[in-house]
Amino acid sequence: MASAPSKLYADDVSLLVVLLDANPFFWSASSLPFSKFISHVISFLNSVLLLNQLNQIVVIATGHNCCDYVYDSSSPASRSAGTGKLSALSVDLLEKLEEFVCRDEKLLKKEPEGSIASSLLSGSLSMALCYIQRVFRSGPRHPHPRILCLHGSQDGPEQYVAIMNAIFSAQRSMVPIDSCFIGAQNSAFLQQASYITGGVYLKPQLLEGTFQYLSTVFGTDLHSRGFLQLPKSVGVDFRASCFCHKKTIDMGYICSVCLSIFCKHHKKCSTCGSVFGQPHSEAASEPNKKRKAGDT
Amino acid sequence: EDEDDVDGLEAWERAYADERSWESLQEDESGLLRSIDNKALYHAQYRRRLRAASRIQKGLIRYLCIVIDLSRAASETDFRPSRMAVVAKNVEAFIREFFDQNPLSQIGLVTIKDGVANCLTDLGGSPESHIKALMGKLECSGDSSLQNALDLVCGYLEQIPSYGHREVLILNSALSTCDPGDIMETIQKCKKSKVRCSVIGLSAEIFICKHICQETGGLYSVAVDESHFKELILEHAPPPPAIAEFAIANLIKMGFPQRAAENVISICLCHKEARGGGYTCPRCKARVCELPTECRICGLTLVSSPHLARSYHHLFPIAPFDEVTPVLSSSQHKLPKSCFGCQQSLLNPGNRPSLSVECPRCKQFFCIDCDIYIHESLHNCPGCESFR
Repeated sequence: MASAPSKLYADDVSLLVVLLDANPFFWSASSLPFSKFISHVISFLNSVLLLNQLNQIVVIATGHNCCDYVYDSSSPASRSAGTGKLSALSVDLLEKLEEFVCRDEKLLKKEPEGSIASSLLSGSLSMALCYIQRVFRSGPRHPHPRILCLHGSQDGPEQYVAIMNAIFSAQRSMVPIDSCFIGAQNSAFLQQASYITGGVYLKPQLLEGTFQYLSTVFGTDLHSRGFLQLPKSVGVDFRASCFCHKKTIDMGYICSVCLSIFCKHHKKCSTCGSVFGQPHSEAASEPNKKRKAGDT
Repeated sequence: EDEDDVDGLEAWERAYADERSWESLQEDESGLLRSIDNKALYHAQYRRRLRAASRIQKGLIRYLCIVIDLSRAASETDFRPSRMAVVAKNVEAFIREFFDQNPLSQIGLVTIKDGVANCLTDLGGSPESHIKALMGKLECSGDSSLQNALDLVCGYLEQIPSYGHREVLILNSALSTCDPGDIMETIQKCKKSKVRCSVIGLSAEIFICKHICQETGGLYSVAVDESHFKELILEHAPPPPAIAEFAIANLIKMGFPQRAAENVISICLCHKEARGGGYTCPRCKARVCELPTECRICGLTLVSSPHLARSYHHLFPIAPFDEVTPVLSSSQHKLPKSCFGCQQSLLNPGNRPSLSVECPRCKQFFCIDCDIYIHESLHNCPGCESFR
C-alpha cells in the first residue's frame, strides 16, 4: 500500500497529521501550561500552511477517555474568516478543542489508579492512519503524509499491541511517525515508533522554546529531510518485558505457540495454556481475549 | 515474434478482443464517465475471505522450503516473459512478505533441474541472501522430479527443532514428473514427518499434486495468469492453521540485545569488519548487524520485541465488522454522516446512504475502504482503541 513517487504532487507538499495530547491528568501536572503550549502549536501549524499553498494539516486530539478530529485544513467548513487577531485556523481549532475537552471530561468513569494516567494514543494513531489511507486512495496526486505526535502522557502498557500494530502498518505504508515528547521521561513506545518508521524523536530540553523546536525539526517536508541534520536516535531500548513480572529482560524464554515472553522456565504457558514438551491440543490453547500483553 | 502471435492477433490486440473494457464504462449522475465500480465487488470478495478466516490457532514459527521447478517446462512463455521469470519475481515478493509477517521463521530454497533436486540456499532468516541466490541462477533444462524434491526437503526438515512447523511450497510448471522410485512411499514419509506440502501449479491440475496436498494437509491451487499467481503465492505468507499434533509446544531461549549508538565501533561477525551501531548478544557479547539472527558464537536466537509484536495480531484478532444495509427509511437518522476512521462521507451524492460497516464492540461506523484496511493491514479498530 505504499505511495509510488509518480503519484505525488511536487516533492515538497506535505500532509501533516498532528496527534495532540489533551490528557487533563498530564496537563494539570505539567510545568508548561496547556494554553501556552497551544499557542506554540498554533503558530507552528500556521507556519506549515504558509510554507506551501498545497500543504494540508489535520489535528486529532488524544484525550484520556476518547479521541476525535479537531481540525482539517482541507474541509470546506474550515474556511471561516479569522478575527483581527486570530487566524482562521486558531478560531476553528480552539473551538473544536474546547468541545472535545468537555466531552472527554464527561466520559470520565473513574479516577485513574496509581500514577499512570495514559491517554489513548493507539486510538488517535489508528484514526490518523485511516485518514492517510483515504488520502492515498483519493486519486493520482496527493501530498506526502506524515504523523507528528505532540505527546506527554506516560505509556499505557495495555496499549502495547495496538500501538505496535499501528507502527507496523505505518511502516508498510511508508508513513514516518515523528514525536515531540514533552513529558518527564522518555516514551519507549514513541522512540520505537520513530525508529521503525524512520521518523524523528525529540524530547525538548526547554519547553518555553517549543515553537522553535517544532519549526526547525518538524516543519520541513520529507524530501528536504535528506539535506538536513535532524536529531538522530540515541539508542532505542528494544528489550522485552516478561509477562510474569513485567520487568525488562535481555534474555528470556518464548512460548513457541503464542510467543509470550517469560523470564524463567515454566511447565505451562500462562497465556495459551500449552504444556511444554508435549504436543499441544486445541482445547488448551484459547488465547486471552483482551490484549493483555506486556509492555516494552 | 512468434509467442505474441497466437490466433493471428498481436498481444495488444488480445487485450481488446478478450476484455472489451469500453463496454463496462458507466456514467454517474452528472454525466461524467467513471470507471467500473469495483469497490463493492472487491468488498464482497474481502468479506468472503474474512468469514473463512475465523479464530483458529496458527503455527507461528515456520520452517518453509520453497521448491522451484526449473525444468524445461519453466521456459514456456504463456506467462510473459517466461514462467521462470514470473515465478522468480513473485518468489522475491513472497520472501519479503513472508519475513514481514513471520519474523521468527526461516525459508530455504530448492530447485529441480534435469530431474535432480538441488538445495539453493539453506534454511535461514535473512531475505537478502535468499533473493540474491535465486536471481543468480535462473536457467532451466531437463525434467522435473517431485519425488527427489520431496526426499530432499524431508531430509532438511528433519533437522529443525520440534516446536517449528514444517512446510513445503512447490511451484510446479511441468506436467509430468520423472521419479526414481515410488512417489507414494515418499508421500507417506512426508506425512509421517508432519511436513505440510502445498503446491501451486502453473500449467494444469495434476492428480499427483492434488494427492500430495490432500495427504499432507496442504493447499493446491493452479494459476491462470500472472496476477492470479501472485495472489495465490501471497496467500501462503500469513501463518496457516496449526495442526495441533504437528508441533510440540516448547520454551525457546531468546536474547533481546540492545542497540548500540552509531559511534560505538566494534568488529561484527557477519561482515568481519569494523562498524558502528549494531547489537550485542547478551550471552557472549558478540556483535551482530541486524535482527533477527542467530548469534554465530553461542547460537542464541536474537530478536527484538517488535519482531515478536508483529505476530501478536494473529493472537488477538479483531472481530469482523457487521454490514449495515442502507435502508431508506426513518432509521436513516441513526447513521452517522461520516466514517469514524477517515471522516469520509457515508452518504452518496443525493444523500443516499452508501455501504458501511459497524464494529460490534464499539458500535462505530466505518466506510468499506477503512474496513478492508483495518482488517488486512492495521489490525486495530480505531473505535475500540479510542474509547476506554
